Amino acid sequence: MNLASRQEDFALAARPDGPPASGPAPLEARGLSVSYGVKPALIGVDAAFPSGRMVAVIGPNGAGKSTFLKAALGLAPKIAGEVEIFGEPVDQAYGRFAYVPQRASVDWDFPTQALDVVSMGLYRELGLMGRFRGEHRRRAMAALERVGMADFADRQIGRLSGGQQQRVFLARALAQEADLYLLDEPFAGVDAATERAIVEVLKGLQAEGRTVVCVHHDLATAQEYFDYALLLNLRKIAEGPIREVLTIGNLQRTYGGRLTGPQLAAFGASGGASGGAFGGAGG
Amino acid sequence: MGEEFVRFSLAPLLIGVLAAMACALPGNFLLLRRQAMIGDAISHVVLPGIVVAFLLTGSVTTWPMMLGALGAAALSAVLIELVRRFGRVEPGAAMGVVFTTLFALGVLMLERANLGRAHLDVQHALYGNLESLMWLRSSGWSSLLDPQALARLPEELPRMAGVAGLMGLLTLVFWRPLKIASFDEGFARSLGIPVRGVSFGIVLAAAAACVAAFDAVGSIIVIAMLVCPPATARLMTDRLSTQVWLSLGFAAFAATAGYVLAGYGPIWLGGEHAVSAAGMIATVAGLTLGIAALCGPHRRRDEAGESQPL
Repeated sequence: MNLASRQEDFALAARPDGPPASGPAPLEARGLSVSYGVKPALIGVDAAFPSGRMVAVIGPNGAGKSTFLKAALGLAPKIAGEVEIFGEPVDQAYGRFAYVPQRASVDWDFPTQALDVVSMGLYRELGLMGRFRGEHRRRAMAALERVGMADFADRQIGRLSGGQQQRVFLARALAQEADLYLLDEPFAGVDAATERAIVEVLKGLQAEGRTVVCVHHDLATAQEYFDYALLLNLRKIAEGPIREVLTIGNLQRTYGGRLTGPQLAAFGASGGASGGAFGGAGG
Repeated sequence: MGEEFVRFSLAPLLIGVLAAMACALPGNFLLLRRQAMIGDAISHVVLPGIVVAFLLTGSVTTWPMMLGALGAAALSAVLIELVRRFGRVEPGAAMGVVFTTLFALGVLMLERANLGRAHLDVQHALYGNLESLMWLRSSGWSSLLDPQALARLPEELPRMAGVAGLMGLLTLVFWRPLKIASFDEGFARSLGIPVRGVSFGIVLAAAAACVAAFDAVGSIIVIAMLVCPPATARLMTDRLSTQVWLSLGFAAFAATAGYVLAGYGPIWLGGEHAVSAAGMIATVAGLTLGIAALCGPHRRRDEAGESQPL
């Protein structure tokens, strides 16, 4: 690991402040810090994502992208900092946000079907004993249809391809009808067609005025898919509209200073789930 | 049959079936969460826990035993962590070492404690006393309508029925959180489901079922029933609700077939003595699992990546 050199770079890195929030931001973090054991995973990150944007959380492996998402939602223990979702603490904002974990984080051998998984997205409405009615079934089916998976409603989830599994996860989030969507590496290990299909659905959500946040690996597609970005490498490197933020200087600070292109690619992609982090050709 | 069956076999049969079903219900979720080892550990450490509770209180009532079993479970968790850390072994090995050692310790304590005054001895602890739970006041099927006779049913029967009913009720009420938290913990937490509470609740329910079943049917059945019926059911279906129902069916089947085979099998084969019902029930459960593993319709796993282009 290049931990020493990376830390040197943080010291050099300027820390531009995020834009001032107008109204309650869909997601606002102040001084968010997380550590796993003695190893810091996230150090004092401030971020405020504006409403109605497609936000990419970008950084090398181990930079704390997923940790940022999890800590923001209270899924990873934070050691310091505050998070507000639409101006409320997370435990009062349930139902307003939908979280899509990494596909690899669950056991796909679980005895459940695609439609059943999507129906889990209705839990906040149904509660413990609420009756699952035809209307709920229709909504779950509509969510599956929106990701092109209606024909697989009754299939056991382990018998779906990786891309299909990711679509089912997305459909479950759609069924939640949230205002803020947070997706952890939605394009990891999926085929190009699925990636395009997922992007279409996410852009549709944005068109409805919802906010979408994705942990994203591939810099080549970042500008095409997203319009706002948070660059992370344990600390925040930069945040803002993507065209202003994705500069060579910021990227070098994010991905490791004076390294050349191929080295950057190797650094960013090492141990990664989804291949190249830098440059489309390697992606 | 008739009168004799009701007097000697009805109550043990029902208690065996209820104990098996009460254990199988939480067992389903332990299995799906890849925590079958925890179920194994619980069912083993229940023995020393109960013995210590018995030595301290001198009674075999439910609450001291429950507390003893839970205390032993907590102690074993600490020991497992210590062995893992200082013994530098993997968690599975640490568990295996700790719970077999505690179980053996329980057997030794039972033997040395010389518990002449109560019916708690090694044999009872391992095999239970299923065969001895007779309904002596009965006089055939009509006794089922006779309040006086019903009042003299073995006390284990209503207790086991209560625990099995409670397990069923808990499973029904908490079905959705159980399913969601077992499948996708991160997502469950993002919905506000208290996942730690759910996993603690499953372990607690398993411990409660173990303790309740332990007195009537002994360790062997408890150990077998927590895992075997759910594992068999998992091989038969890809639907969780079906799996849970099937596991109840397999549990009832193993208890019934095991009891009957133990009682009558040796006689059919020309032998003279019945064999242990507990041992036979556990054997039937294991054999059923074996058959399902060979021929179950959903035994092939991890076929993901059929990679159809979309």
